[in-house]
Amino acid sequence: MRKVFGDKVAVRDLTLTVRRGEIFGFLGPNGAGKSTSIKMLLGLAKPTSGEAFVLDAPSGDVEVRRRIGFLPENFRFYEWLTPAELLHLHGRLCGVPASKLSQRIPALIDLVGLTPHIDKRLQNFSKGMLQRIGLAQALVHEPEVIFLDEPTSGLDPLGRRTVRDIIRAQRDRGATVFLNSHLLSEIEITCDQVVFIREGQVVTSRDMRAQQEEAVRVEVRARKLSPECVSGLSRWSDSVQVDEERLTLTTRSREPLPDILRFLVGSGAEVYQFTPQRLSLEELFISVMGEDRGF
Amino acid sequence: MGVWIMAGITFREAARKKILWTALLAGAAFLLVFGIGLHFQVGDFRNSAVPPFLRYQVISAMLMIGLYTVDLLAVVMTTLTSVDTISGEITSGTIHAIATKPLARWQILVGKWLGFVAMAAVYVALMFWGAIAEGYWIGGVMAQHPVRGSLLVFLECIVALSVTFMFGTWFSTLTSGVITLGLLGVAFLGGWLEQMSGFTEGSRLAMVGIISSLVMPSEAIWRRAAFEMESPLSGSLQFSPFADISIPSIAMIVYASVYLLIALAIAVYHFGERDL
Repeated sequence: MRKVFGDKVAVRDLTLTVRRGEIFGFLGPNGAGKSTSIKMLLGLAKPTSGEAFVLDAPSGDVEVRRRIGFLPENFRFYEWLTPAELLHLHGRLCGVPASKLSQRIPALIDLVGLTPHIDKRLQNFSKGMLQRIGLAQALVHEPEVIFLDEPTSGLDPLGRRTVRDIIRAQRDRGATVFLNSHLLSEIEITCDQVVFIREGQVVTSRDMRAQQEEAVRVEVRARKLSPECVSGLSRWSDSVQVDEERLTLTTRSREPLPDILRFLVGSGAEVYQFTPQRLSLEELFISVMGEDRGF
Repeated sequence: MGVWIMAGITFREAARKKILWTALLAGAAFLLVFGIGLHFQVGDFRNSAVPPFLRYQVISAMLMIGLYTVDLLAVVMTTLTSVDTISGEITSGTIHAIATKPLARWQILVGKWLGFVAMAAVYVALMFWGAIAEGYWIGGVMAQHPVRGSLLVFLECIVALSVTFMFGTWFSTLTSGVITLGLLGVAFLGGWLEQMSGFTEGSRLAMVGIISSLVMPSEAIWRRAAFEMESPLSGSLQFSPFADISIPSIAMIVYASVYLLIALAIAVYHFGERDL
């Protein structure tokens, strides 16, 4: 998909596939085109060119929306409604029978931790509480695909954990979750697959379940590291740093780690510590996106 | 189904707006003042030598002025309560949670429109028939065709509503409000110029009035309503400012009806096409 506003290209060329039943993380710096992309996927905005399919139907298809839930960023709604009234309204708009809603609504309010506030009106809700009820409205019709735009915005650590648990529970019941969040640590422990976008293009993706195929940083503590030994490591890594007895290198996968260790020992190094570490999502994000360019 | 759910929630949302309650309070204050004024005038007539025929005409003219006030209040209230329902919800993002539900965009817009139509109907019914009741019970006068009159005032509100919706799909709340109120001002001025052209027999002045009515037919609808409600004698003797000098034809009412449908159709089309 491509989206242009006047002279500004918001989404340059977005091509991606989300597998059913996974939690999909959508990452990028501010102004990368994430929200515009989500709007196009939901039919809120029309692509300038290109197309998208959600649940095998063109994006924005009215009938398919019955199977889609959406939590907008900074969820807002009519302030005079109570949480139950809001959920009832959204459930009815999704075609859920009133009899089902009467059972589902109290359970949903409890799920998002708002039972103590069940009689309050939204005007008395904090930002975090609005996010929670917004999440509940996205789930009220038990959708197959759920788009969450910054779901943990305004939430305290306990609230974030609740949201994380809910997202996982949705995946466990078979739903697909499309998650846009700035909190990389949240994404890291929640998502099955992430993509990084910049200027409306996918820069790279990462399968969070595949341990073998991802970059690894190895920290080594060893004595007698000869210059020949260090230069010999270049066959596995183009990023080798030595600081006295401390050696750090990055490899593309875990595959060559036994060979590297054998090589070090064979070169006469006395290895005390050999610790492979997965690159955190934040490190990957920074390495992919580069320095902060003030987006 | 979705249309009616949207209409219901919009009606409830509109009913909570301060502007509606302000308009109702203003209306209640107006009815009170109008009733007191009628009461005093009737009392003064009792102690005077004014012939019954003239008394009736004066009280009838007072009723027409009262109904004109109701008409202005209703149109302005309809415009101000509905002006941010589209643009405001787009700006705040409230619309995102609704527009991603299994509803076509036209259902959202028409549902909202129906909600405000219902609100305008309630307001016109309360205010218009309140004034009519006061005229009857205190002043002893009755409008000639009050049902026709109330329906025409209601039509005028719906014209203003549809225009407000149309601009609301394009512009910000403030801009669409200013444009709609500006158009109502043009119609007001045009209507009175056309009326004055009847006194002065100025054809060019009448043309200005007609063009104004074509641009925004709200005031023309009121003048037709006034014609329907005034007694034939009162109208022809020019006892009230709404005398039968320049009467908009039925064709103008048909034009106004088509005008509102076109405005609504443009609103539906543009709301369906635009990014939210």
